[in-house]
Amino acid sequence: MSGAQTEDVHKEPSMRLQKDMIGGHFQALANAKKNGKKVVYTFVPGNLAELLAAFEVLPVLPEINALQSGMRKKSGMFIGEAEKLGHSEDVCTYVKCDIGMLKNGNIGPTGEKLPDPDLLLLSYTGCFTFLKWFELLRQEYDCPIAMLHVPYQADGKIEPGHREYVVNQLRTEVIPKLEEVTGKKFDIDKLREHLKLSVQAEDDFVAVLESAKHRPSPIDSYFGGVYYIGPMFTSFRGSEAGVTYYRALRQEVEKRLAAGVGPITPDGPMGEEKFRLVVEGPPNWTSFREFWKMFHDEGAVVVASSYTKVGGLYDRGFRHDPENPLETLADYCAGCYTNLNLPQRIDLLCQYVEEFDADGLLINSVKSCNSFSAGQLLILREVEKRTGRPGGFVESDLVDPRYFSGANIKNRLESYLQMIDQKRSVGVSAAPGMPHSKVDVEMGP
Amino acid sequence: MSKMSQVNALVERADALYRDADFTAVQRWKEANPGAKAVGYLPIYVPRELIHAAGMLPVGVTGHGDIEIIRGDAYFQSYICHLPRSVVELGVSGRLDSLDGILFPSICDVVRNLSGMWKVMFPDRWTKYFDVPQNFDMEVGGKFYRAELNSVRHDLEELGGKPILDDALRASIAVYNENRQKLEALYDARSRKPWKVPAWESYLMVRAGFVLPVEEHNALLDEYLALAMARDEKSKDHIRVVVTGAFCEQPPVEMIRTLERAGCYIVDDDFLLGSRWLRQDVNAEGDPIFALADAFLNHSTSAPSKYQEDGKNGEALVAIAKEKKADGIVFCAPSFCDPALLDQPMAVAAVERADIPYTSFLYSENTGQFQVIREQAGTFADSIRLWSNS
Ligand code: SF4
Ligand code: SF4
Repeated sequence: MSGAQTEDVHKEPSMRLQKDMIGGHFQALANAKKNGKKVVYTFVPGNLAELLAAFEVLPVLPEINALQSGMRKKSGMFIGEAEKLGHSEDVCTYVKCDIGMLKNGNIGPTGEKLPDPDLLLLSYTGCFTFLKWFELLRQEYDCPIAMLHVPYQADGKIEPGHREYVVNQLRTEVIPKLEEVTGKKFDIDKLREHLKLSVQAEDDFVAVLESAKHRPSPIDSYFGGVYYIGPMFTSFRGSEAGVTYYRALRQEVEKRLAAGVGPITPDGPMGEEKFRLVVEGPPNWTSFREFWKMFHDEGAVVVASSYTKVGGLYDRGFRHDPENPLETLADYCAGCYTNLNLPQRIDLLCQYVEEFDADGLLINSVKSCNSFSAGQLLILREVEKRTGRPGGFVESDLVDPRYFSGANIKNRLESYLQMIDQKRSVGVSAAPGMPHSKVDVEMGP
Repeated sequence: MSKMSQVNALVERADALYRDADFTAVQRWKEANPGAKAVGYLPIYVPRELIHAAGMLPVGVTGHGDIEIIRGDAYFQSYICHLPRSVVELGVSGRLDSLDGILFPSICDVVRNLSGMWKVMFPDRWTKYFDVPQNFDMEVGGKFYRAELNSVRHDLEELGGKPILDDALRASIAVYNENRQKLEALYDARSRKPWKVPAWESYLMVRAGFVLPVEEHNALLDEYLALAMARDEKSKDHIRVVVTGAFCEQPPVEMIRTLERAGCYIVDDDFLLGSRWLRQDVNAEGDPIFALADAFLNHSTSAPSKYQEDGKNGEALVAIAKEKKADGIVFCAPSFCDPALLDQPMAVAAVERADIPYTSFLYSENTGQFQVIREQAGTFADSIRLWSNS
């Protein structure tokens, strides 16, 4: 979910395609007011891309702006700015980065000003901070706000009443506000058309993710994965461009698969695959390339990750259903990774370790994100215990450069990989509950 | 016993309940009521009426600042607030064994995730995440909330092995209405005569309701208030402040005392907010589930964990400060508390617009040093006094 590209980076053709798509989107945003287009700010998890497309509005996703600021090394300054304005050091840095950017003229990644929102669509899925974030933005903009509260999967499933609640909110809150802002009547058939396009892209996207089950994996499902999820989790789901992108991406990956080669990294094709990891948690954006390099230098490829599921668990079978347009949007919103309960997350990660035949689970715990991070140490223990494969733990932040210590992370990663190596050389899999790279403290009741 | 020593005895009793990390009051209640069950709840709000109507004891679990954290820290990174550490510590050390189940209300991602951790750590105990609507339309959020209430009701019926009758629920609503009235009376008296009803004592009295049966708590509140108001205390040259931000992880009671000693009468606060979540009586007639839903949607207090539909964040705080004739506001939030700290800039803006002086600091439930807070609060009080005298 990156979009930000730096020069002298080795690029796959699909990355160029994505770059053009994103460029076009920001161009459209820059010209939105001139062209009479309405702009809706909304969040990535559980975003209603197809519904927004049915209303022909342009989405702005503040998390994407924040991560792009991180990649462009601007986030530190923006965060500092927000803290000077009274925002606490302790809270999610995406919010502060966004506020700082706003106070600096809201200049997007293409160097042009982002248009002000005509509507704030507060899709409150999987993270409490979203609620506060848009309350904060609301203080800055004179525009309506639509709240969509998506209940948590507390009991490990989407309850029928929860689906009904979300659908009711779509009917009574979200759609009427979109109608009001755009002056257009809601056209359910148009929504269905966009949902059909989503399904096509979703099938190809899953094929890409599944390719990592092969040895060597032709993709990196975390560092590479953030590019692969970009169009799907943002404004291109439900569009022809999205379909084209995922078809091209799948072909590209299948070619590599047939040739028996590994992922392409920013520094060129990856060497021999020595370690297969599952990663939990979002990446760090401020030193993204350096972070990735630590892995590919060691021959470590990420075969599955939870971060590539923040916009839905397509790999577990979810597809948008054009026959039930509003219900499917509700299920989509409720099914995002951060809306799963802890036992579901543990189950999923265990399945990944097994299905992708990984050497173990590595957690990148980011300071910003309680939604991801609270409970991760228990997740680590449980996944180790159940799979019998060692776990590793590193800490960083999303976009606050103060919390990225390259040397520290490298050390921990190396000792984790060494540990995997040692286990292999003595020919045993890791014993349940064995110490991992960071926390070795007695736990459990 | 003199009135003075009577009130002291009550405060001591409440203080002992507050410090008792073993929840012996709950154990004693269970011994006195063989076969009866106790159900815990985390901050902020759960409808205790449902637990009460099931014949069970609702028990507030709001962390603990005094216990040594031996294993709790191994579950949480350094940048997560303290409350879940002590809650886990209480759990893994067996101190919550007297609870037959526990409710985790929707308040933030930490408590939310903790509910799932609990399911993994204590698979044999009833653990429920209690979701609450952020849509306040009775036909939409209200319908969802009624379903959540019915789901809790159903689970409690299974746990207790008997149905919760509407009549029982209405009776529980009535007894909690009394409790709400008495808490209101306590806060009202404190705001009128804070020299007679110090905030730290009032805090302990409210907190006693976390482990005592509501009927006993009601009696305690009556007794305390009558004795406290009969005290022969004189008003001091203190400023009047509203404390905000402390709705979940609780500050040590010593911190509340420190603020008072530094010259601040705390005339309102959001400590233990769940007890005062509903701002008016719940209808004790008709459909009780509907009545509880109506109260939650239409008559609950404003808090950072609740969506501020009208965008007027901080206005409720300003209104309280004005109503209670406060001279200033003390923003006092737990470190790493996202809801409180994300909300704070908006509340500060509202307070600045209203031209009310404020100060802010962070705490943790296990904060042990109060010198800095004392100095800061003292300076704040001095500056307000100076300003009002000039
Ligand atoms: S807390 Fe996590 S999920 Fe929420 S906005 Fe921040 S990074 Fe995103
Ligand atoms: S103190 Fe704040 S962050 Fe911590 S559990 Fe309570 S509401 Fe959540």
